Amino acid sequence: MEPARELRTHAGTPYLRYAAGKAGGAAVSLLAVLVTSFFLFRLIPGDPVKFMTGGRPVSAAQLAAYRREFGLDLPLWQQFTDYCGKALTGDLGTSYQFRAPVIDRITEALPNTLLLTGTAFVLYTVLGIVLGTRSAWRHGRLGDRLNTGVALTLYSIPSFWLGLLLIIVFAVGVGPVPGVFPTGGMESGGKEGFAYAVDVAHHLVLPVITLVAVEYGQTLLVTRSALLDEMGSDYLTTARAKGLRDDLVRRRHAVPNALLPTVTLVFVNLGRTVAGVILVETVFSWPGLGGLFYQALSVPDLPLVQGLFFVFASAVILMNTLADLIYPLLDPRVGR
Amino acid sequence: MSTQDQHGRGRSRPDRPRHRSARLVAAALTVSAALALPQQAEAKESDAVLTVAVAQSVDSLSPFLATRLVSTSINRLMYEYLTDYDAGDAHPVPGLATRWKPSADKLTWTYTIRSDATWSDGRKVTAEDAAWTFNKMMTDDKAATANGSFVANFRKVTAPDATTLVIELKKPQATMTALDVPIVPEHVWEKVGDFGTFNNDKSFPVVGDGPFVLTGYKPDSYVRLKANKNFWRGAPKFDELVFRYYKDQDAAVAALRKGEVSIVAGSPSLTPAQAASLQGVKDIKVNDAPGRRFYAIATNPGARARNGQKFGDGDPSLLDERVRHALFMAVDRRTLVDKVFQGHAVEGQGYIPPRFSTYFWKPSATQELAYDPAKAARLLDQAGYRENADGKRVGKDGKPLTYRMLCHATDPNDKAVGQYLKEWWGKLGIGLTLDCLDNVTDPWLAGRYDLAFDGWSVNPDPDFVLSIHTCAALPATPKDTAATDNFICDRTYDDLYARQLAEYDPVERAALVKQAESRLYDLGYMNVMAYPNAVEAYRTDQIASITTMPRKAGNIYGQDGYWSWWSAVPADSGDSSGGSSSTGVVVGIVAGVVVLVGAGVVLGLRRRATAEDRE
Repeated sequence: MEPARELRTHAGTPYLRYAAGKAGGAAVSLLAVLVTSFFLFRLIPGDPVKFMTGGRPVSAAQLAAYRREFGLDLPLWQQFTDYCGKALTGDLGTSYQFRAPVIDRITEALPNTLLLTGTAFVLYTVLGIVLGTRSAWRHGRLGDRLNTGVALTLYSIPSFWLGLLLIIVFAVGVGPVPGVFPTGGMESGGKEGFAYAVDVAHHLVLPVITLVAVEYGQTLLVTRSALLDEMGSDYLTTARAKGLRDDLVRRRHAVPNALLPTVTLVFVNLGRTVAGVILVETVFSWPGLGGLFYQALSVPDLPLVQGLFFVFASAVILMNTLADLIYPLLDPRVGR
Repeated sequence: MSTQDQHGRGRSRPDRPRHRSARLVAAALTVSAALALPQQAEAKESDAVLTVAVAQSVDSLSPFLATRLVSTSINRLMYEYLTDYDAGDAHPVPGLATRWKPSADKLTWTYTIRSDATWSDGRKVTAEDAAWTFNKMMTDDKAATANGSFVANFRKVTAPDATTLVIELKKPQATMTALDVPIVPEHVWEKVGDFGTFNNDKSFPVVGDGPFVLTGYKPDSYVRLKANKNFWRGAPKFDELVFRYYKDQDAAVAALRKGEVSIVAGSPSLTPAQAASLQGVKDIKVNDAPGRRFYAIATNPGARARNGQKFGDGDPSLLDERVRHALFMAVDRRTLVDKVFQGHAVEGQGYIPPRFSTYFWKPSATQELAYDPAKAARLLDQAGYRENADGKRVGKDGKPLTYRMLCHATDPNDKAVGQYLKEWWGKLGIGLTLDCLDNVTDPWLAGRYDLAFDGWSVNPDPDFVLSIHTCAALPATPKDTAATDNFICDRTYDDLYARQLAEYDPVERAALVKQAESRLYDLGYMNVMAYPNAVEAYRTDQIASITTMPRKAGNIYGQDGYWSWWSAVPADSGDSSGGSSSTGVVVGIVAGVVVLVGAGVVLGLRRRATAEDRE
């Protein structure tokens, strides 16, 4: 009984302390993001009211009314306190250009982005880890060289260019071969239930392929490199000496020990999935957060920019914190 | 023990990969077949659907808030205005009002509202609806967001009976037949609480009286409208109209090639390369129409406010009319049209593009600032800016003339034209620096520029583009913002502007507008270089015919009216529902099956081949 209690004391408390430290750090980061997002985007040159009314006959009285409506006539400190107060209650303000609550626009676009980048994330992570592991295990062979070469090539290709290429080949068709996928958008419209789901899946194929093709290389290379570092380790020789099959040595011994950098990358990518991929969303006219961010910046639609920035940053902070919390479980040396 | 166990479990594996592969292939086949379904479903649709690819996202579907072209165009389809513009020459024609008449003192306008118009929920459209719409805009700042300027001069609006609308003005206003204000149903809109946030995009169908009824909307995806079979002018020929959002115009062009969309809108215009790639393609027609925009060089005439205070840092040499004229005479407009616009534009002359024939004015031969570099050089000499030993033009202070020019970073035309200007003005001894910015509005309104690329879309009624050069458009103080375009303030021009606005006789008014244009040209603050065309393309196998505006050779998208979409006739053979051919589906399925089966076989063989290794 005694040794067990001692184990709990030594193993449990440091982890909790470690986890509390990480959570505290995340909370401070979130606060910093909230403050930064307010001031940072006020450095963008441009008067939103002038931009919104550009090209229209607007009287001076109307311009003043706009400023009052959006609180732009208030001193900066007052705008800031208003912003913080509302943000704490989940109110991220009203979009200048869409005249809708920022949170509504974000919640409309967020699922679309998560569907696209989330699907791609799962696929490129699995593909990257599987191919990276295999490449490392048979490093130097033809398969490895091929895998690495293809991954590096695709990783170097601009995603919008690859997207357009896929549209030309698989959506429009080349020569006598007609295209079979939609050229863009997320749905045809007017469909419900199962037909709607199938329609969305149909629209999802090309943008997901584009994202997977461009992104999987990074995971592959990190996994391969991490595993190569482990390859000469004594414990692997020991495992083989025990008579374990090569396959098992790889999966049960080498891969788990080499996983840490990959896990970091996976969580960083997971955080990025919320931000979407602006170029791919643009090429395929995907109605997600990436496109929304671009539109917000071009005005600049300050409440929307701030809201999106806060959501993006929060996702990254959250995922990094999660990764930090998982590290000690994968490698007990972390967090001691 | 563990080794044996693991070994043992390993031995039991040989069958598993085959099962897994088979399951994978089966699942993939199901998905592949399912993914092909939407096109089959689309092909079954019997309704004629006209799909328009648009690049701009909808800001709002409320006619009180919408300001973007795509949104106002959709509003125009949903709600009637008092008057419409003729598709031929854009003169006012009956809309919701069948007749209109000003009083002798020019301060009261009486409109007769048609009695054969109904809202899509079956209620009659009355003058009360129109009066309520205008009154709402006059009393609620938020309801005046989009179209407030139209009611700024209104004193009172009443509806004495169901078919009579009376508008009393503060001062005469010739634009009373060009009130681009959608009239909404009072019985629906009186229930709206906050006009500043109500976007009219949640509950469908939206009650309207235009040629189409809004039936669905998803932000940045699509806007769907059904034909209004009871529209007073007659039902549209297409059953449904869909605006589909394409962020990337190359993708939109690809969608047109495939037949997913019926037309790629000309806003923004197709690039010369895109237009060239579509020329001669089967079933596609490129519509290279005269545009409604002008593209100009603007000078900073010395920024100033209405209170007389000067601000900004425009080069003082530009206050000399001879210098401005010299700059413009060194611009070869023909070359710009040929090289930069690659023929998709018309050489610029007066302030209003030729498509608005009523108000189009061009300078006489003696008045014209034609391309003449030698004369430009002489003008500069006369103005006291002679070439020094280095070939630079210098003033009395000995400083060489070098101008900063504001250009839009996102507009390739600005950059290309800027290079030509550098060369042409360089030959005169004048330096040029291009300040290409994402946002030119701030330095512009602060007067911190010498020259700028300028351009406006002109409405059938020229009042607005003329008004931005009046002294009244200057900001009240340097800190204020205002509608001024270039701080131009000239009493002679102002007088002509005021007279045209108070002139109700169309012929007299047009003459005054042309005099105002002539004055603006002589002042030399603006040099209209070109009228860029509106280049768009549509599928002739989906659209048999469509009305352009102007009717003879005009544009389709962004008209001043609903003529294009209301008049469009579906092609007999057109599968306008936006799917690809069934051959495509079959080929797609077969290709998918081949790839997946191949992958399954390779996986299986690979497993078998390496099984020994692994064991």
